[in-house]
Amino acid sequence: MLLIPCPWCGPREDDEFTFGGEADIPRPADPDALTDEQWADYLFMRDNRRGRHREQWCHTAGCRRWFIVERDTVTNEILGASTYGNSS
Amino acid sequence: MQFYSLPNLIRRGLRGHRDWTPAWRKAEPKPSYDVVIVGAGGHGLATAYYLAKLHGVTNVAVLERGWLGGGNIGRNTAIVRSNYLWDASAHIYEFSLKLWEGLSQELNYNVMFSQRGLLNIGHSEQEMRDLARRVGANQLNGIDAELLSTHEVSKLVPILNTSPHTRYPVLGGTLQRRGGVARHDAVAWGYARAADALGVDIVENCEVTGIRTANGRVTSLETTRGEIRAGAVGLVVAGNASVLASMAGIRLPIQSHPLQALVTEPLKPVFDPVVMSSAVHVYIHQTDRGELVLGAGIDAPVSYDLNGNFRIIEHVLAAVCELFPIFSRVRMLRQWAGTVDVCPDASPIISGTPIKGLFMNCGWGTGGFKATPGSGWVFAHTLAHQEPHPLNEPFSLDRFTTGALIDEHGAAAVAH
Ligand SMILES: Cc1cc2nc3c(=O)[nH]c(=O)nc-3n(C[C@H](O)[C@H](O)[C@H](O)COP(=O)(O)OP(=O)(O)OC[C@H]3O[C@@H](n4cnc5c(N)ncnc54)[C@H](O)[C@@H]3O)c2cc1C
Ligand SMILES: [Zn+2]
Repeated sequence: MLLIPCPWCGPREDDEFTFGGEADIPRPADPDALTDEQWADYLFMRDNRRGRHREQWCHTAGCRRWFIVERDTVTNEILGASTYGNSS
Repeated sequence: MQFYSLPNLIRRGLRGHRDWTPAWRKAEPKPSYDVVIVGAGGHGLATAYYLAKLHGVTNVAVLERGWLGGGNIGRNTAIVRSNYLWDASAHIYEFSLKLWEGLSQELNYNVMFSQRGLLNIGHSEQEMRDLARRVGANQLNGIDAELLSTHEVSKLVPILNTSPHTRYPVLGGTLQRRGGVARHDAVAWGYARAADALGVDIVENCEVTGIRTANGRVTSLETTRGEIRAGAVGLVVAGNASVLASMAGIRLPIQSHPLQALVTEPLKPVFDPVVMSSAVHVYIHQTDRGELVLGAGIDAPVSYDLNGNFRIIEHVLAAVCELFPIFSRVRMLRQWAGTVDVCPDASPIISGTPIKGLFMNCGWGTGGFKATPGSGWVFAHTLAHQEPHPLNEPFSLDRFTTGALIDEHGAAAVAH
């Protein structure tokens, strides 16, 4: 079980949350200009890192807001949480 | 290789079983090989065996970071079947199932393949329609598949709660009679022994830490036991596929997740087939020793953690008690997890890469055990000819660019 630190509600058990995958994958600004390779990279390719990982979580059964968590994917240690565009 | 047979057993038995030799050598790494396979799991060892056996490529090493069979090959729940929806998958999994049917003889090693049948149950009208569609697709591909009514399901597995008043009413199911289970460790050991006998070096405690290239071609691997030159390299590292690919600057459409399983204390034999329910995320079978093996879906977050989240256990046990009230007081003996490499379309990648001589066999996710023989067979072909076999051509890395995905979530997501 993980204890997820929601920036608004504080630490809560992980079954209140939905995992939203790797963070920092911005939607393409000009989709029409993308090559197939760039689309594939945006849609499917992931770093899938062993170790420090920035990822998105939504507090589905709480404040229902999305935010970013940094977690070690080997030890599951939570290294920090932040709201979008505002690290903590 | 010492041949395993009844006369040999008796002969050696009379000599007190003192002259059996280890099933494979503990090889030291040589400076250079024609082909280096990274990962001594089922798929890596099978690849090495078929390279030596069918393609005459014997200057081969299998490098393993830990111990042979310590990865997912030794952690899975051993289910074997071929009832996938799309042609590409049906062909490769059925090819594999046919190899399973002769594998113990082929390897002279008892992999305890037991075709006890595999039952998928459905709990809603829509699920029954999807199952019927899959049975139709399977039959068109020559794969044995039957659609069962609730009554037929109940006759097959009388201990399943098929009363209409349950939380998960059983509306019917599908049966693949040729499906079943195999002894997963024996598969790794059998392929290792047979590959070793053909000259393959299996090098344990040898972690690959870097991939060197020159002019767009792979030249050597950096390992914890020194640099090893290679004509061709096959990465077959399951949950660590992205980590290895990133050493060569390649990004993969893979996310790694823990997948857990549990086993109970042994009971008297109470049911024959493997029973799976995709809707309630649980599957169960009884081993030859009588234990119940239970499994479920993956832990949602990306993780390389080998504990697994307790919520999955709670969920599995709740579902099992609903479906099989008779098991409500059975005690659990062990729980464990493996790191599975999940692709967006729940299908594997058996493919070349942008780097010449570097090949990948990964993305099998929660369901690669059943494919071990076939996967090794086609990957050996791919490495020997430096191009895919028709069976693995659709499973290329560039399908994520062309869009030709092979979406097997219906057949593979929870059911392994
Ligand atoms: C709990 C669980 C249940 C499952 N149930 C089923 C099932 O019922 N049916 C089914 O078909 N499939 C099932 N699977 C999936 C199946 O186990 C895998 O798809 C399959 O075993 C993966 O291939 P493999 O055997 O080659 O992997 P592995 O055995 O994991 O082999 C990969 C090897 O690579 C090694 N390695 C990693 N990094 C390095 C490195 N840097 N250098 C050297 N070596 C390295 C690892 O140590 C490992 O030994 C299950 C998996 C799990 C975890
Ligand atoms: Zn919150």
